[in-house]
Amino acid sequence: MVTAGIDIGSRTIKFVCLNDNKIFDYQITDTTVEPLKKIEEVLKDKKFDQLVATGYGRYLMQENYNCPIVTEIKAYATGAYFFYPDCRTVIDIGGQDTKVIKIKSGEVADFEMNDRCAAGTGKFLEVMAQTLGYKIEDFGTEALKGSNSIPINSMCTVFAESEVISLIARGEDKKDIALSLHHSIINRVMTMVSRMNPEQKIVFAGGVAKNKCMVQLLKKKLGNILVPEEPQIIGALGAAIIAAKNFEIMTIKERR
Amino acid sequence: MSGNNYEKMWQELGLDVNLHNEVLNYINKCFQNTVGKQKNRPKTMEYFDSVLHESHGGRVAELIEEKSKGKKIVGFFCIYVPEEIIMALDLVPIALCGGTNFSVPYAEKMLPRDICPLVKSTLGLAFSKTCPYAPIKSLAVGETTCDAKKKVWDILAQKVNFHIMELPQKKNVIDANLWENEIHLFAENLEKLAEKKLNPSVLKEKIEIMNNKRKVLQRLAKLRLKEPTPISGLDTLVVMQAALNDEPVRFTKKVEELCDELEDRIKKGISPFSDKAKRIMVSGCPSVMGNWKIHSLIETSGGAVVVDETCTGVKYFKDLVDTKANDVDGLLGAIADRYLKLNCSCFTPNNDRLDMARNLAKEGNVKGVVQYILQYCHTYNIEAIRIEGALKQDNMPSLKIVTDYSEEDTAQLRTRIEAFLETLK
Ligand code: SF4
Ligand code: SF4
Repeated sequence: MVTAGIDIGSRTIKFVCLNDNKIFDYQITDTTVEPLKKIEEVLKDKKFDQLVATGYGRYLMQENYNCPIVTEIKAYATGAYFFYPDCRTVIDIGGQDTKVIKIKSGEVADFEMNDRCAAGTGKFLEVMAQTLGYKIEDFGTEALKGSNSIPINSMCTVFAESEVISLIARGEDKKDIALSLHHSIINRVMTMVSRMNPEQKIVFAGGVAKNKCMVQLLKKKLGNILVPEEPQIIGALGAAIIAAKNFEIMTIKERR
Repeated sequence: MSGNNYEKMWQELGLDVNLHNEVLNYINKCFQNTVGKQKNRPKTMEYFDSVLHESHGGRVAELIEEKSKGKKIVGFFCIYVPEEIIMALDLVPIALCGGTNFSVPYAEKMLPRDICPLVKSTLGLAFSKTCPYAPIKSLAVGETTCDAKKKVWDILAQKVNFHIMELPQKKNVIDANLWENEIHLFAENLEKLAEKKLNPSVLKEKIEIMNNKRKVLQRLAKLRLKEPTPISGLDTLVVMQAALNDEPVRFTKKVEELCDELEDRIKKGISPFSDKAKRIMVSGCPSVMGNWKIHSLIETSGGAVVVDETCTGVKYFKDLVDTKANDVDGLLGAIADRYLKLNCSCFTPNNDRLDMARNLAKEGNVKGVVQYILQYCHTYNIEAIRIEGALKQDNMPSLKIVTDYSEEDTAQLRTRIEAFLETLK
């Protein structure tokens, strides 16, 4: 059976096709301001027997494609467990949300998720990269060239942005500011992580796991962490696995 | 909450009619998006919907009518205020609290932002000329539960005739004595307002009325626990919100009718949920009228709320007042005893509440507990740690949610609630 998972995030849409427990197709594309159109494009030529949606845009799929849905939390746990059957904790930093998930025999045992505040999420990184004039792809590698010499006091995205602007005006080195910013995000993420008493092995997934600096700093705090080759597709992969297991394939409407 | 036929009344009450219309539209919209969207509701719910819809119209007209007959209106903000004493002096008790986001900005003009939305909403209503009860009440009664309320009373007291009851923070003999004394002081103050003395047989009669109301709500709570549950948690919440607003004898009769219908639904196996819905208990802050957010989120994400360990839930009706005594002092003592058992989070230590939460979760045969905390409500928020620990002793999973009345976090809350429900076996 060919099953598929689609993860509609705030920044990107991820699609994974699974056949006989092997990924044979995947795609990552920007969500844009017209997600439905993008979804249509992604699904156009794809063939599968069963599709499950996840991500914060999952209701779009439910409404428009009558598609079963699961939360990102369950999807990330399932996807991470597929790659690393001995993992116990998943840290997923996406565009809007940061989640820490504890796994027990492949199932979600407990989780933490940030509230509406964007500190410690991909959004924070994005705003800061832009303020410093970096492309988001280069932000981490450039930050690694700096020194962590500047204390950043603000956790709030809006305040941190003005703080960064005044640091630039003061003539501080861009790379130093960049590294210091990464440290401040890690501190924020770590409060959430430590509340969950993370257990080895820890998987770092989600878009922010592509940032080399974030990976290095997290390793310093937590020891060895595992980063999948394509950390962004773990949620979509999880959804595709859930579609295959056929467990509780039903829409929320049916669940009620 | 409709009808232009009330516009004249609102004008005469000195309300800002345009702003008031906006409030009504806002509440209507919230209602339509939550309570109104439900399927397969009991027929009798129509009445309770109408109580909410008439709370700014027909109910106000009724109270104005009572007033014209010489009765005075007494507003209260918390379920620690004994309604039976108010009624026994021919005064009319009415709950004054805010469950909508609309009035929050008005309160923020004067209050610090980090105050719970319930207090902000209430104060905002009072000061934005949109609360029809503000002009008709003769006395408002506050109590010393949390700090936010305590200090807001001082502000409100500048505007209206105000009485504050001191609620102790512990439950030893000395505290119980203080509370009983407060009940007496309250009664004396009301006697002055009513210009008459408490009469033991009338007091007893009103206690019976309140006890009957509690009994019928207990019956409703029992029926709700049937598997599958015959009524949604959101609908039961609407009944509880109506309980604080409606005339008690009429209300009691209507809840009896609802219960009869529910018994019939149970026989026929009718439930608003599929059998896959997970049974949930909500614990924590009250959800007063206008606030349907969490129940709606849970029940549209695959859960069924079958117990509420809140002031708009079990706390309001779990204990009756003893009616053995035949004199005013004895009856006031019995009232004091009953009200001290409510287990608000402002008590220390509060082991009674922990036990209550554990027992209710067990009785309800729930799969998990959602702790609903209003932002900046420190007592409930901090006590959530101990509640979680107490529930863990029974391997009962719980999820703590801290939120306010706004809509901006609903996507995140939905994800968290759905994920929590997914983990429940
Ligand atoms: S939570 Fe406490 S203060 Fe608030 S209504 Fe209930 S008993 Fe009163
Ligand atoms: S919700 Fe908490 S902070 Fe707000 S009024 Fe009730 S007890 Fe006070």
